[in-house]
Amino acid sequence: MLDTNRPAPRRMRFTDDRIEMAHGAGGKASRRLIEGLIAPAFANPVLAPLSDAATFLLNGTRVATTADGYVVKPLRFPGGSIGELAVNGTVNDLAVSGARATALMASFILEAGLASDVLRAEVDAMAEAARRAGVPIVGGDTKVVEHGMCDGMYISTFGVGEVDERLALDPRAVRPGDAVLLSGPIGDHGITILLARGELDLEADLRSDTRSVWPFVERLLATCPAGVRWMRDPTRGGVATALNELARDCGLGIVLREEDIPLRREVRGACEVLGLDPLHIANEGQVLAVVAADDAERALAAFRSVAGGEEARLIGEVRAEHGGTVVGVTPYGGTRAIDMLVGDPLPRIC
Amino acid sequence: MTMKYVDEFRDPALITAVALEIKRTVDPARRYRIMEVCGGHTHAIYRHGLRDILPDNVELVHGPGCPVCVLPTGRVDDGLAIAAQPNVALACFGDMMRVPGTKGTPLELKARGADIRMVYSPLDALKMAQDDPSTHVCFFAIGFETTAPSTALTLLRARELGVRNFSVFSNHVTIVPAMRAILDSPDMRLDGFVGPGHVASIIGCRPFEFVAQHYGKPVVVAGFEPLDLLEGILMVLRQLRAGTAIVENQYRRIVPWEGNKPALRALATAFELRPYFEWRGLGFISQSALKLKNTFAEWDSEVRFDVPGVRVTDPRAAQCGEILKGVLKPPQCKLFGKECNPEHPVGALMVSSEGACAAYYRYARIEEAVHA
Repeated sequence: MLDTNRPAPRRMRFTDDRIEMAHGAGGKASRRLIEGLIAPAFANPVLAPLSDAATFLLNGTRVATTADGYVVKPLRFPGGSIGELAVNGTVNDLAVSGARATALMASFILEAGLASDVLRAEVDAMAEAARRAGVPIVGGDTKVVEHGMCDGMYISTFGVGEVDERLALDPRAVRPGDAVLLSGPIGDHGITILLARGELDLEADLRSDTRSVWPFVERLLATCPAGVRWMRDPTRGGVATALNELARDCGLGIVLREEDIPLRREVRGACEVLGLDPLHIANEGQVLAVVAADDAERALAAFRSVAGGEEARLIGEVRAEHGGTVVGVTPYGGTRAIDMLVGDPLPRIC
Repeated sequence: MTMKYVDEFRDPALITAVALEIKRTVDPARRYRIMEVCGGHTHAIYRHGLRDILPDNVELVHGPGCPVCVLPTGRVDDGLAIAAQPNVALACFGDMMRVPGTKGTPLELKARGADIRMVYSPLDALKMAQDDPSTHVCFFAIGFETTAPSTALTLLRARELGVRNFSVFSNHVTIVPAMRAILDSPDMRLDGFVGPGHVASIIGCRPFEFVAQHYGKPVVVAGFEPLDLLEGILMVLRQLRAGTAIVENQYRRIVPWEGNKPALRALATAFELRPYFEWRGLGFISQSALKLKNTFAEWDSEVRFDVPGVRVTDPRAAQCGEILKGVLKPPQCKLFGKECNPEHPVGALMVSSEGACAAYYRYARIEEAVHA
């Protein structure tokens, strides 16, 4: 049941003279680039929702497709590597669109001079991640550019899957009173990459959370498919950006209880020191879901029953008030606006 | 998930208790205007939603203690002119990257190919110079007495190691003359100050005594956690109720009354006061900024490079000056949230997370809607 009376969100205009790093950070500038420059040229109904994956009917089957490029620096980091990200990221974009990945393809851009062992290690990491996610990599492409033209390698992956027909994910399906559910602690990936670069005199025992999130979606499907309104894997731009996009797309307000947001103390400490908001930091293995209030507890139990989902929490709810914005409530009753990521605190994290 | 020295100061029960005590202390018939001098305080106030738990008649006025906010456009242009020289890299803090100069922000110039690098410490800039002797690294130094000692120590290190391809473009400023300028401003009506905790950790509490003695206004130097700030505000209100005006130190766990002597010594070795310096929105203030001493001329970017040194007036429609002095609130500026927003800031107050406009834009816009 969609509420079609709500006004369509106003799309952003793109007037920037040049591309800057912020356009790749997954925040407001990225959104403006896509909405203002790219989407208008390709305009079509499948593209219009601008979600993680494009879904369309193919001979009666609802199919989801997605493409993603990976330019992370450094190539390897605690808990993962570019190859693992390239598989999990695309699997996850399909998963939060309600589709289990059926097949992936991979395109490599390699820098002349790259050690073959480095490439071999990433190809092996991709094979292992694909095996864990239960998806074959069925094709791809390789290109080589001059030395100095890219940092070792860039990988792009493309994925396709079949959407579970029991799900009707749509921002317009979101209702006041719905609950916001998060699968686990936020910010591990972004902060791990930041520390792995070694530019800061900070160390912490942290690992990227990169993993396939399909098990979460699968469990949710088995529990309360009709109550799931919307899902997203909050990567670049973090939970704050994903929820701001939802607030704008559905025209409703979202209130987060800040003390309920799961956060490791290492991530919290690094964010305190660096002046970052953990809600803006990227995750590579978390799911954010909006579920009907009646299904909230069951959905939470479903997430917690997945290995690695023990720290899942209900972090907030949808409200009719202050439509289009995300609001945080502090433990002592103060409130603050939570904006999309602006600028680019952490370049090239995936 | 406790964090030593943070969670203690965010304890909801204690915060509620102090908020209640504030409510008991204020005279409901009176209006209170208290300036938090430091941008770090401004940010914390919005970040933690503290205004929601203060009585309506206690108004917090945001002060000038945000380094990039008070940096005039002409100085940004000067820094970018240095970056445009061949074989020169400009190193600056992340906060500086989006501050607009006449020809764009450092970030925009970097996208067009200028060698501008973000650092977290001046020592990182010095290390860049050591690692690449063919490039001259200029450190764009900004900040109050909080960051100036680390610049001073970096200069001492550069001299000790004999690093010649490194220099400092000093835009360090001092907070006390700016407070005096605000107190002397005719349109200023303030009842008291929450003093800057980080600056005081270097200079101590004594330099603020003139505010109490000559202007009769209480000053409470405070920390940056919600409980610190509320306690600082409570201490100011108690003085106002008792009719006293003294300097008090709420932030004793960090701030020694006499300041940090080794840091002050390093400052005195490398820097001297400029006769005057321009502050955005406040104009020229005498003896309010630091330049490198002649003994460090070799490391002084202003000596080594020809900088334009042109004074650039602020966009007329932007009312940064009134907001910096606390005469206007951010949303009362004609450009707020329209031409001037965090992505495309017209004035620097919209750039830094410590700027009143950026803090207001990021955290407080929902207020009317939530409380409606």
